[in-house]
Amino acid sequence: MSLKRTDVLLCCGSGCVSAGSLKIKSKLIEVIEQHGLSSEINIIETGCMGPCDYGPVMLVYPEGIFYKKVQVKDVEELVEEHFLKGRPVKRLMLKSEDTIFQTKKDIPFYKNQVKVALENCGYIDPEKIDEYIAMGGYEALGRAVTEMNPEEVIDIIKKSGLRGRGGGGFPTGLKWENVKNSESDQKYVICNGDEGDPGAFMDRSLLEGDPHKILEGMMIAAYATGANYGFFYIRAEYPLAIKRIKNALSQAKEYGLLGNDILGSGFSFDAEVRTGAGAFVCGEETALIASIKGERGQPVSKPPYPSESGVYQKPTLVNNVETLGNIATIINKGADWFASMGTATSKGTKVFALTGDVKNTGLVEVPMGITLHDLIFEVGGGMVAGKKFKAVQLGGPSGGCLTADHLDTAIDYESLREKGAMMGSGGVIVMADNNCMVNIAKFFLEFSLDESCGKCTPCRVGLKEMYTILENITAGKGRSGDIEKLENLGKTISGTSLCGLGQAAPNPVLSTIRYFRQEYESHIEAKSCPTCVCLDLMHFDIDKDKCIGCSLCAQKCPVNCISGSREEKYTIHQADCIKCGNCQEVCPVNAVDKISGAAEKEEKLNSVAELYQ
Amino acid sequence: MKTLEELRKIREKAQNEMKLRESSNRIKVVVGMGTSGIAMGAREVMKAILDEVAKRQLSDVLVTQTGEKGLSSKEPVVDIIEQGKPTITYGNMTPEKARKVVAEHIVNGAVIDDFVVTRG
Repeated sequence: MSLKRTDVLLCCGSGCVSAGSLKIKSKLIEVIEQHGLSSEINIIETGCMGPCDYGPVMLVYPEGIFYKKVQVKDVEELVEEHFLKGRPVKRLMLKSEDTIFQTKKDIPFYKNQVKVALENCGYIDPEKIDEYIAMGGYEALGRAVTEMNPEEVIDIIKKSGLRGRGGGGFPTGLKWENVKNSESDQKYVICNGDEGDPGAFMDRSLLEGDPHKILEGMMIAAYATGANYGFFYIRAEYPLAIKRIKNALSQAKEYGLLGNDILGSGFSFDAEVRTGAGAFVCGEETALIASIKGERGQPVSKPPYPSESGVYQKPTLVNNVETLGNIATIINKGADWFASMGTATSKGTKVFALTGDVKNTGLVEVPMGITLHDLIFEVGGGMVAGKKFKAVQLGGPSGGCLTADHLDTAIDYESLREKGAMMGSGGVIVMADNNCMVNIAKFFLEFSLDESCGKCTPCRVGLKEMYTILENITAGKGRSGDIEKLENLGKTISGTSLCGLGQAAPNPVLSTIRYFRQEYESHIEAKSCPTCVCLDLMHFDIDKDKCIGCSLCAQKCPVNCISGSREEKYTIHQADCIKCGNCQEVCPVNAVDKISGAAEKEEKLNSVAELYQ
Repeated sequence: MKTLEELRKIREKAQNEMKLRESSNRIKVVVGMGTSGIAMGAREVMKAILDEVAKRQLSDVLVTQTGEKGLSSKEPVVDIIEQGKPTITYGNMTPEKARKVVAEHIVNGAVIDDFVVTRG
């Protein structure tokens, strides 16, 4: 037993690492050693704790004190005051207007969350198998392989109502049963870690924060389906996730939890990591399988489904990271417990990556059936100061936009699909009213266009067509009939594309047309961008009543298109303006306004005439 | 490991190592670690307690520290907090006395009256 009296849990999820948590760790080690406390204090790197916006975050046990935005310069004070003298540093605690949230359980961000897949994430050291075992790890596997037969395991998963968390929402138990019923001498299990949506980091955090849990889920899936070999397909952009899974595999092997005759049950299993080159389409299961085989990552038409013919033409089970992350807990706590959370058709919890104009950006896990309002305004803490909610994009580039009218929608697979969005893998991008929806749709479409593998025509050519139309609309060259053309194209692409990428790619455009049609119309007909985001459909103007003639704007203008004097005030010559926004930034009296609609054409003549005077 | 029992044994051992992160401890030992406490040797007292607790494998005892307690003349000061019992505060601690407290009070449940400063 050790002499340790304090556990310092330092979040080393991707967000906190980029905010500098590794530097804090080395400083901590240094200062703790200076004070001769090395033998008493554990420093533990954990996976993502969730509130990424407050990173780097730190949890100190036994008190459970939560520190936010810890900087290297704070380390000495922390060690001297808290670790040595036992006086927690209030300055670094999370506060609202009138209260200080000392410990993790006081913080509102955690209060509405229910952690199942993320239960150990941010609490244990992901590189130590012992800590995972201490949390009850591998108990579910042990019980499954020694006390249950595969049918019983599948039955529990079926009863739990667990559905694929990668976006499709296919019932997991049914998928397992299909693989189990395929006769073959060899079967495979794949963990799909090819998370590619912009703004989504659920799978990454799970793989980094609790790798053994994913491995255990995969092994239970293998036992239930009759597979004896697994692949972790993880994109190369996630080096830490790859390292942690590889480490987990070797630790499990050392303990005899991986290999032949696991726990004396006769069940044998081994797994390896395959890295993807970061193509979005490889998240689609047939493209993923092609990529594992070393072929070009392109989807093939189904059937045959991977459950009949997958890797090397053998029956293959493909499950998403988060899906596998739920398995061990379901086996341990029972199907009824899991099914008691959620709605009629969607059970359990879902992990979301909250991003955008919301206060508490980060990783959250909430019960299915929670309303969008509660997710954004309770867990997420509401909009960042001074901004008003406009829309929320669910499911990334394959999903859709919902508006303030949909805030009461309960989050489950069916209700979201009905409204034109989708659960997707769990990316939630909250947008304030300064976002142009046409531009947002264009952004997501550009992503899908870029990631299209090019195999089938509707996706390859159709998306390009849609993108060109959107480019024209945002450049002020939209024509009447464009909206209908976009709708037509979108529906055709959705209906005729081979795989999920093409089928879902028009969603952002179709859903924004559905809910923000007037914004498209004003771009096309009035040639005006109501939010002043599309540069060709807005201009800057100086309010002469406010202008004090200080000339700052003219000095900062990179193209010298502002002229005037103290008496006459200043004017922007629209023809030459590149709309960089410098003038607005430097104006001390806020006299520079963004005006929707392009500037008057005559300006060109005026400005040229003036310049040559 | 080859059986489920072996796994459970590893779990018990691992849980011991992680007990700091749970709140289910039988006894809490709080060492006063203010400036005067440290000057009077509170650090050595704490080390002795940690060592004794580890040696005796007392997995349900939590050792932690607090700031100045206002009992400067009796430093180093140690509180023994047990659920449902009055808090016992020992004063003028030395590493040797602290080891005795662990052995007699924490393990055997007998308060050492000679060292007590306050109760409740």
